[in-house]
Amino acid sequence: MNEQQTLWQFMSMESDKLLNQTLQHIGLTFISLLFAVAVGLPLGILIARKRSLSGTVLGIAGILQTVPSIALLGFMIPVLGIGAKPAIVALLIYALLPIIRNTYTGIIGVDKHITEAAKALGMTKFQILFKIELPLAMPVILAGIRTATVINVGVATLASYIAAGGLGEFIFGGISLNNTNMILAGAIPAALLAIVLDALLALIQKMNFKKLRKILMVLPFVIIVLSAFYVLPSAYGSGLKAGFTPEFMGRQDGDLGLKTAYGLKIRTVVISDAVMYKAAFTKELDVISGYSTDGRLKAFDLKILKDDKGIFPPYYAAPIVLQSSLEKFPDLENTLNLLAGKITDSVMTDLNYRTDYLHQSPERVAKDFLVKNGLYKSPKNGGAGTIKIGSKIFGEQYILAEMYSMLIKGNTNYQVETKTGLGGTKICFDALLNNQIDFYPEYTGTGLLAILKPDSRVIGRITPDKDKTYAYVRNEFVKKYKIKWLKPIGFNNAYALMMRQKQSAELNVNSITELKNHLDKN
Amino acid sequence: MIELIGVSKRYGSAIAVNQVFFKVNEGENLVLLGTSGCGKTTTLKMINRLIETDEGKIMVNGKDNRNQNAEQLRRGIGYVMQNIGLFPHYTIEDNIAVVPKLLNWDKKKTADRVRELLLKLHLPENCLKFFPAELSGGQQQRVGLARALIADPPVLLMDEAFGALDNVTRTNIQQEFKNLEELKRKTIVMVTHDVQEAFELADRICLMDKGQVMQVGTPKELLFNPANEFSRQFLDGQRLALEFKVIRVKDIWSNLPDGKNKTEKVLNPELSVWEAMEKLRSETVEELTFHDGKGIVKTLTFDDLTKAFNQYKNSWHYE
Ligand SMILES: Nc1ncnc2c1ncn2[C@@H]1O[C@H](COP(=O)(O)OP(=O)(O)OP(=O)(O)O)[C@@H](O)[C@H]1O
Ligand SMILES: [Mg+2]
Repeated sequence: MNEQQTLWQFMSMESDKLLNQTLQHIGLTFISLLFAVAVGLPLGILIARKRSLSGTVLGIAGILQTVPSIALLGFMIPVLGIGAKPAIVALLIYALLPIIRNTYTGIIGVDKHITEAAKALGMTKFQILFKIELPLAMPVILAGIRTATVINVGVATLASYIAAGGLGEFIFGGISLNNTNMILAGAIPAALLAIVLDALLALIQKMNFKKLRKILMVLPFVIIVLSAFYVLPSAYGSGLKAGFTPEFMGRQDGDLGLKTAYGLKIRTVVISDAVMYKAAFTKELDVISGYSTDGRLKAFDLKILKDDKGIFPPYYAAPIVLQSSLEKFPDLENTLNLLAGKITDSVMTDLNYRTDYLHQSPERVAKDFLVKNGLYKSPKNGGAGTIKIGSKIFGEQYILAEMYSMLIKGNTNYQVETKTGLGGTKICFDALLNNQIDFYPEYTGTGLLAILKPDSRVIGRITPDKDKTYAYVRNEFVKKYKIKWLKPIGFNNAYALMMRQKQSAELNVNSITELKNHLDKN
Repeated sequence: MIELIGVSKRYGSAIAVNQVFFKVNEGENLVLLGTSGCGKTTTLKMINRLIETDEGKIMVNGKDNRNQNAEQLRRGIGYVMQNIGLFPHYTIEDNIAVVPKLLNWDKKKTADRVRELLLKLHLPENCLKFFPAELSGGQQQRVGLARALIADPPVLLMDEAFGALDNVTRTNIQQEFKNLEELKRKTIVMVTHDVQEAFELADRICLMDKGQVMQVGTPKELLFNPANEFSRQFLDGQRLALEFKVIRVKDIWSNLPDGKNKTEKVLNPELSVWEAMEKLRSETVEELTFHDGKGIVKTLTFDDLTKAFNQYKNSWHYE
């Protein structure tokens, strides 16, 4: 019950956003439905006339339907950019198959004797289509539209990946933030929307011909009005435009902090981090919320704005090791510390760039780095026990795991077993606690905010200072978990606001405060 | 007036209609008769171009039907389908009024005409707001007929219009059909595989087999002058009953004994022999008296009737 109350609290607190997202969601669903009907209905009629085309058309629509939604959105971006256009087109494509298929089966399902009677009475082909075939096929066509609507309500949640709004902003924000209320605040309205629209359309579908005729006159207008709810997110304001991930939007050390600490007011869309950097590069966005060591920073020539008020907690990476493992493998600590302080932000960015963008293997990138820094030694192949290394499921962690593996093999007599790709923080940390791995690279900010979760006063006190943060997590981890933080590797993979190098230079904006001042002036 | 001149239709290698010639005069009712699959429906549909001919030509009211716009042609030809084919999403009123809508009649004229047909075809007034599914099969058949007749087309094509009905209903509708003033002026081509129905309603019959015309003639000619073995055998099963129905008392007038002037009611010699026999059996009378309207009166018993009938039949064979 407690959960329930806080959900209501969350919803009422965020009611503005909720209403806005719901309207966007409805609008997005119906705009794309409108286009899908406009395209699918004539296509369905066409293939009912020319049956020889039906295989091809239905085949293509069927294949488009099976393209995973995220991939489809991805394909759209190079052509249509981000925002409303690609989202509408992607939704349209999903809605197409049920509409074409049902129009086709509806029309060819009309009793031949009835169409023949119409012909015998002297109706033209057009009259037969509009007076006989379409009305008789209407329940089937409506069933198709109903399916398409429900599909669209579902897929529209993904629109938030490409800055097209909708209830996905809460859903995916909630998932990233592990905030159940936020997920539910998006998921419940989305589910209700699907259920209500499905029921309404089922009602219409089952109506008799007389009522149906009246409803069908009104329906297009209703759809157009509902479409109008979708006030295009790009339609208001001008000047600089920001794209933040759903996670960033919901965090105190994210958008909320930007508002309270800096008073930053910028036109903002919600977008997935998968497309965000590219969108900044192609000038569809000007400011994005990235990670400071992301390889794409380099690939797309972006610049980090200085967090001069220190709202982004430091995310210094360091290996965290079970104390029991350190005792069991006495050479381990020194070996792991070989990397301490060796990798700066820009070096890490470069390493990430090589794996993420140049598609070099983490193993090669790791070896190249170690060789260049004189740390590489050929494996000793000793037999003094096996050390298990874990890593989370992204590039940077793979590279670090490889480096540690090479260092251990070259400097000690231990064998190594790597367990890379252990999902997110929770999975990795649980594996460590349960002694399934001996260590993995973790970040101070994550240790603080995702694992220790102290109250906000503690966070406010220590996060502006990277050393205080490190000291805090180091002490607490030993106390609570008997896990030791070794020396930081050097780089800080924290949240950061970024702009294109060129624009930053042109506007002379190098820090977040300068950004705010620039925005206030214009 | 309708004329088919060497009309053929093929489906692949099969020939559905083969070199058909016949002519239907104005106001005449020609019945296409034949077993299932012999090409009746195909022949009928070629007249209003629901099916296009492969060979030959069809004249409707003096014009080659291919030289007219197909829709215009069809709006001038009433068509009653083998499967009724009412529009399930139209009310009965809208179903009947399809052609007037296409012809842009004004509302009043349409409504008046719909009501007129309702009366003539003995449909209940309140059925207008119903949908076809809410009517009985017989009522639907009547609606199908009303739909074909509404614009008073000079030509009417009917495909097994009474086929789906039980015997009693069928006989009733056939009688009503025969007595509809409106139909007497029309040129009608009617399809049936029911010999009784053909003899009941036809001015002339076109007997078909395997896509070919076997004989065209009046019912009497078919009965008494079969053109070939097929025609003869086709009617063999019901020959006697048909003869009784086809021959009227006036046909055998000269073979009947002269009557005594009686005061009882007199009958019209237009009655068929069949009908006269029914009266003799059912009304428990020994004799019937006929008056030909020109002062001659004949009185006859069952024996007189059969004797005269047989004499008449024999006379056909020696022609
Ligand atoms: N569309 C078609 N394709 C192929 N063959 C056809 C087609 N329509 C009719 N036929 C064939 O043509 C022949 C004549 O068919 P038609 O419908 O004219 O027969 P019918 O005399 O009306 O029969 P019934 O009394 O059963 O209605 C049949 O052998 C039928 O199989
Ligand atoms: Mg037929």
